[in-house]
Amino acid sequence: MSDLVTDREIDRSKMQISDEIAIQITNMNKWYGSFHVLRDINLTVNRGERIVIAGPSGSGKSTMIRCINRLEEHQQGQIIVDGTELTSDLKNIDKIRREVGMCFQHFNLFPHLTILENCTLAPIWVRKVPRKEAVDTAMHFLEKVKIPDQANKYPGQLSGGQQQRVAIARSLCMKPRIMLFDEPTSALDPEMIKEVLDTMIELAEEGMTMLCVTHEMGFARQVANRVIFMDQGQIVEQNEPEEFFNNPKSDRTKLFLSQILGH
Amino acid sequence: MSDTHSEAARAIAFVRTDMLPEQEPPATTIGFVGWLRKNLFSSVANSILTVIALLFIAYVMSGLLPWLFQSVWNAGSLNECREIMNATWGDTHGHACWGVVKERWLQLLYGFYPDHLYWRVNLAFVLTLVAMAPVLFSEQLPRKMLIVTALYPFVMPWLLWGGSIWGPIAAALGFVIGYYAYKILEPIAGSLVAIIAAVLLPVIWWFGLSGLITGALTDLMPIGIEAVQSRKFGGFMLAILLGIVAIGCSLPIGIVLALGRQSDLLLVKAICVGFIEFIRGVPLITLLFVASLLLNLFLPPGTNFDIILRVMIMMTLFAAAYMAEVIRGGLAALPKGQYEGADSLGLNYWQAQRLIIMPQALKISIPGIVSTFIGIFKDTTLVSIIGLFDVIGLSNAIRADTAWNGIYWELFAFIAFLFFIVCFSMSRYSMYLERKLQTGHN
Repeated sequence: MSDLVTDREIDRSKMQISDEIAIQITNMNKWYGSFHVLRDINLTVNRGERIVIAGPSGSGKSTMIRCINRLEEHQQGQIIVDGTELTSDLKNIDKIRREVGMCFQHFNLFPHLTILENCTLAPIWVRKVPRKEAVDTAMHFLEKVKIPDQANKYPGQLSGGQQQRVAIARSLCMKPRIMLFDEPTSALDPEMIKEVLDTMIELAEEGMTMLCVTHEMGFARQVANRVIFMDQGQIVEQNEPEEFFNNPKSDRTKLFLSQILGH
Repeated sequence: MSDTHSEAARAIAFVRTDMLPEQEPPATTIGFVGWLRKNLFSSVANSILTVIALLFIAYVMSGLLPWLFQSVWNAGSLNECREIMNATWGDTHGHACWGVVKERWLQLLYGFYPDHLYWRVNLAFVLTLVAMAPVLFSEQLPRKMLIVTALYPFVMPWLLWGGSIWGPIAAALGFVIGYYAYKILEPIAGSLVAIIAAVLLPVIWWFGLSGLITGALTDLMPIGIEAVQSRKFGGFMLAILLGIVAIGCSLPIGIVLALGRQSDLLLVKAICVGFIEFIRGVPLITLLFVASLLLNLFLPPGTNFDIILRVMIMMTLFAAAYMAEVIRGGLAALPKGQYEGADSLGLNYWQAQRLIIMPQALKISIPGIVSTFIGIFKDTTLVSIIGLFDVIGLSNAIRADTAWNGIYWELFAFIAFLFFIVCFSMSRYSMYLERKLQTGHN
């Protein structure tokens, strides 16, 4: 089985990495009680970058990207997103959350609202967009993820892959400048993984700044411009995908790669 | 090795060439016969149980049905009833004497409310139904009907207690003042100041100014209807009145308490937990005694704090504490992902609660909420112990009359029937609501 996620040629014309810094994390530390989950994380993400974060479970990769929109609080160090520093100031947190979209492993769609309402809720209430305009935007993005015909159904009536695509569309409706993906395909059947990855590839082709925690190494190889390997709460190795997969430097990375690519 | 492998493969290989046609299910598994077999006679033991159950039902019915239907409706006293029974059936047992209900049903429904003003109670009841309808059936009815719901809390008490029209208008004005205080101050001074002003100004209005102004207006333009004293209230009407207030107010208070209990703010949390645990730890009847007897000791002498109002407040607080715990159960059942989903989209705390968390938590809690409603509605009969003449209190009063001394079953059956209608309706509505809010596959 090839580990390529798509057979088609990826259009790299818009995948421009600019000099502008989107996210800057410096000396960030986090503890759960006395357990040191994230240790001295330093990471700079430029606009337009597509970063895949890999690592064994419990290595802190989800926790790290959840710190970027403050779903988790860091206790030490600095996180600057789009020029705004994350502190306990609610104004800053809300501002950053408006600009940073997130997709979760379990989709976290709102089951009591229709697909369309899921997509229009935040634009209407947070961005104060007129309802009509919000519906148009939502339909635009639902078309993009290829499920406009499901707009009036409820999340519970859709397959997992469809739900995750709705979740992506829901985030895009807020017109975010950065997208975070927290294991978006881990809860899906193999067939559905592909449709979600296709959507993510299209997003990358449009130049979206993306951070993905994922085990899809094919996606990392074809789409990412940088792969970060984490273990025990720290960044162990980061490199371009080609180098990362073919010529890993640290023993820990070699072991990890042999385990997930070995069969 | 490879030969045996391919032979084995040949042995299990199978290809269907023609598809089987669809067939009818066996006749004994469908229709009425199928239902009987499945539910009543699925095994020998079940068949025996079915027969025993049928015999038992027949035995109960043989006593109950004659009691209900071979009964006396036209009699002015229990003795008269017995004479008629003796004359008709030759015995006095096993026959109901509905004469008491026929003679006293108005009293059981309205208490001692003046009979020329019954129309006001009836109108208030109809208004209750109209005000509830757009809330209960929000999809079938136009949203404009909510105007009636908004006016209801001011019109209903005025209809029942009567008096000057300026009182309820002043009360409603307090909310208008609060609304505009928030509206005007929020852009200038921020939401915290606006909220404080929106609470403080109406309070100042209600307790300070409104009394003077309504007094002056009543002197100028004495518009109003005949006033009715609280001690005239009674009967089933009192149960419904207390029930509506307790049910209507306990849900919002319960929601606030449940949220407060989950709050990160230590003081808010402590107050909510303390309130809930205290109220739940005390019997309702104690609270009612506090309302009827002790409260007067703490109030300044001469204050006239209506007994029914006091009871309403106690019942509301009691129901609210239970409600808070029921809703907390619903909140706990929500996956953490729902909070994170709302957060990640940039919704603030109140938006997330209002749009995402509460709709789902309340939906999960519907059975518990309705149970609490039904419970508090039936608990309204406890006010008979502190001397209010609700249906139970009245039934005692009726028995105190020499004409009906010794009649129990008929009165209690009638009261049970009244309560059953209301409680059963609530139960059915909750099931309808659960079905309506069902959005998944399962």
